[in-house]
Amino acid sequence: MSEVVVLGAGMHPWGKWGRNFVEYGVVAARAALADAGLGWGDVGFLAAGNTMRNGYPGYVSGSTFAQSLGWQGTRVSSSFAACASGAVAIDSARAQIQAGRCDVALVVGADTAPKGFFGPLPGVRPEDPDWIRFHVLGATNPTYFALYARRRMEAYGATTDDFAAVKIKNSRHGLENPNARYRKEFGAAEIAESPVVADPLRLVDICATSDGAAALVLASAEYAARRADRDRHVRIAAISTVTPRYPNTYLDMPDIATDSAVGAALPERSFRDSIAHAAYEEAGLGPGDLSLAEVYDLSTALELDWYENIGLCGEGEAEALLRSGATTLGGRVPVNPSGGLACFGEAIPAQAIAQVVELTTQLRGEAGARQVDGARVGLSINQGLFGHGSCVIATR
Amino acid sequence: MKPRRPVVEGYFEERADGSAVLVGGRCDACGAYFFPKRFSFCRNPGCGAPDLADVELSTRGTLWSFTDNRYAPPPPYPAAEPFEPYGVAAVALEAEQMVVLGQLARGTDVAALHAGQAMELCAEDLYETDDAVVRVWKWRIA
Ligand SMILES: [Zn+2]
Repeated sequence: MSEVVVLGAGMHPWGKWGRNFVEYGVVAARAALADAGLGWGDVGFLAAGNTMRNGYPGYVSGSTFAQSLGWQGTRVSSSFAACASGAVAIDSARAQIQAGRCDVALVVGADTAPKGFFGPLPGVRPEDPDWIRFHVLGATNPTYFALYARRRMEAYGATTDDFAAVKIKNSRHGLENPNARYRKEFGAAEIAESPVVADPLRLVDICATSDGAAALVLASAEYAARRADRDRHVRIAAISTVTPRYPNTYLDMPDIATDSAVGAALPERSFRDSIAHAAYEEAGLGPGDLSLAEVYDLSTALELDWYENIGLCGEGEAEALLRSGATTLGGRVPVNPSGGLACFGEAIPAQAIAQVVELTTQLRGEAGARQVDGARVGLSINQGLFGHGSCVIATR
Repeated sequence: MKPRRPVVEGYFEERADGSAVLVGGRCDACGAYFFPKRFSFCRNPGCGAPDLADVELSTRGTLWSFTDNRYAPPPPYPAAEPFEPYGVAAVALEAEQMVVLGQLARGTDVAALHAGQAMELCAEDLYETDDAVVRVWKWRIA
């Protein structure tokens, strides 16, 4: 399959700006087009990530952005895959290019987020697992993050000091990132005073909900080869949007029970492991090739899970890897050099795209104070509620 | 006294002796369990049998993980006023080879819990409406 190249990347800074998501998306789209030196008229396909909390325009995000940028006849797609929406949009744009249906595609994700806990959509809907878990159990997203964090403590001896060390690291990484919402260094003493939300996680362990937008301009390798700015091009080596394999015996949001392992062989890999594995296979690369990774730190503890899922270390070894400094800027494989969700908060349909914007910036060598020296291969990964995998490997 | 009703119909039953049991689905063809049952067909892709039988799940299991929630969730959680913190436990059932969530029984000392300990199912009030006391299943230390 022919390669797809990132020609442009752009963002609207993350924050709590209180404006309509379309404004952020248009800012990010225009920034990505300007970065690519292209105009909106050059775009042959627009793929967008949906937002569920901004009415109908959010469900038809592709046409919403196309209209706001000015109708020019392009085809669009509008994807929703929860936190993985951005990766599905990138995948959809890439497929159009690979199929030869366009040379240049624009990918956009933007969100305006409510304050506090995410809740399910309104109404009384006992058929909806997302409604059930809130109504019956009060199982919020942080409840699940806390269950995973406590599991690390019980199974591997992780401590809340380890979780705090993730926060300290990411807060330092994000200090100089102009698109980050929180640019403030955290220390252990301050973290220890943060209120417990869901034991063992404190407020500062859990990512906030944010407004923000990110966009990418993708092009075919043939189109990119004709351009003068080839030293800035970043290649998309793999995109993984796999779903789980039955039986999925690891508790996943929003379900209140796992699959049963009775009557079926366990899959070769856990769902999270399989997300990265599919990307490594497609790219022909492995964990040892990574220069950096952007992983979905919905909680500090979850970042440690990802170290193992992407193969940076074995099961139960993430705390030791963190303590070794390997995942800190300057270490062997910095994780979340952008500052991660700890510094951004989550803007759902934009977040997976923002991860790839960071990979692009790093692989171009344009990340300034947070630059990973000699970055050649970057991986971004996350998981969307209801069984969506999301992983991108980019190379220079 | 107001009559009791389960928070969701068909998810669990309370017995006369005060105990409670979860009701799931079981596939006669491949043996898999599902909770909640939700649909009438088996979700094992290697099976796909058209029917699931109602089945009572094990009422005892071992603790896989646990937490307590110190902030009121958004609706539709029926948070009491003033807010009452509550624990949530993930419990592994041996025969079913699955993990099932439930709130922890009121008064459970979360700090004293550890993975692997024996838990058992019970039922407690979740909230009251004008005409019923709404009940939910919970996990308590066995
Ligand atoms: Zn079956």
